[in-house]
Amino acid sequence: MITMSQENKHKSEWPLWEVFIRSKAGLDHKHAGSLHAADAQMAIENARDVYTRRMEGVSIWVVESKYIHASDPDESESLYDPANDKVYRHPTFYNLPDEVKYM
Amino acid sequence: MAKQIDLLDYTLRLADNELIIGHRLSEWCGHGPILEQDIAITNIALDHLGQARSLYQYAAEQFNHLTQEEKNKFFASATLQNVFTSGASIDEDDLAYLRDVWDFRNVLLVEQPNKDWAYTVCRSLFYDAFKFFFYTELLKSKDETFAAVAEKSLKEVTYHLRWSSEWIIRLGDGTDESHEKMQAAVNDLWMYTGELTAMDDTDKTMLSHGIGVDLATIQPLWQERVMETLKEATLTTPVNTWMQGGGKEGKHSEHLGYILAELQFMQRAYPGMDW
Repeated sequence: MITMSQENKHKSEWPLWEVFIRSKAGLDHKHAGSLHAADAQMAIENARDVYTRRMEGVSIWVVESKYIHASDPDESESLYDPANDKVYRHPTFYNLPDEVKYM
Repeated sequence: MAKQIDLLDYTLRLADNELIIGHRLSEWCGHGPILEQDIAITNIALDHLGQARSLYQYAAEQFNHLTQEEKNKFFASATLQNVFTSGASIDEDDLAYLRDVWDFRNVLLVEQPNKDWAYTVCRSLFYDAFKFFFYTELLKSKDETFAAVAEKSLKEVTYHLRWSSEWIIRLGDGTDESHEKMQAAVNDLWMYTGELTAMDDTDKTMLSHGIGVDLATIQPLWQERVMETLKEATLTTPVNTWMQGGGKEGKHSEHLGYILAELQFMQRAYPGMDW
């Protein structure tokens, strides 16, 4: 349950946004961090100043943090551990010719 | 000969505008209303400082080519005179740190105090809009250094103008309180905007040589751009205000002395200090 003071705090603060930066053309956008902003446009502008000042990016995505849905850390055993012993799902049983360098 | 003096004068006007507004914005560093804006405004301050450096380097180079007689007449600041009367050449740091108020040629607008966020972004809007159109014209200057500085600065000022306009609109068209504060800033700063586009003899000489910008063509563009933003922000554009002036000739408001006291203290107290 949200207390009165928490409610007021939420009202006076700008919402939180998650920032994704593409470091150069052709690469994926990667999560860079988060920041506060009043709306999407301000979030992009703030992200430009906070996360791309040192030439880290050529493209920015922002999404309000409340729209990110995450898996439950308490369920990580049942979700991810079963993949541990399924080595046959990795393409590690092929003999690669020497000419193929970047695999 | 007169052309060289005017060119130096013109260069210093552009450089001083950049240094002083950059310093004003840097005063927010660590005091911004929110972390993200603290970084944004400090970032913008650094852009201004970078532009000031390029222009001061150019001004120092020009100054060092003058005759001793011309040099003696150009600056009245004693500390700077001490440097060049001994025959030494001056550099960008000497120009920033060793000149007193009357040797600065920035417009009065840029030295006005930050006061609050509304004043700060309003001063930026007025200056950024001017600079955007000014540098767009300066791209065509016959002076290669000016054209190069204009090209580099335009990308930065395009962003600055967007940033300041956004804030005017947000606050003007925000709550009753933010609207009131924004309108007060617009009203109080309006009288410093006339000087931006008022032509004096130096401006005319530079224009006639194809080096400077015709401020008469900038004025309506500036007016239209600013009024458009104020209108979107539901703010009223002041009319028939008497316009202040004098900064370009070295006649400043009381604020510049305080700025220089802070900006120049270290070099004045510990001459030649490096860190």
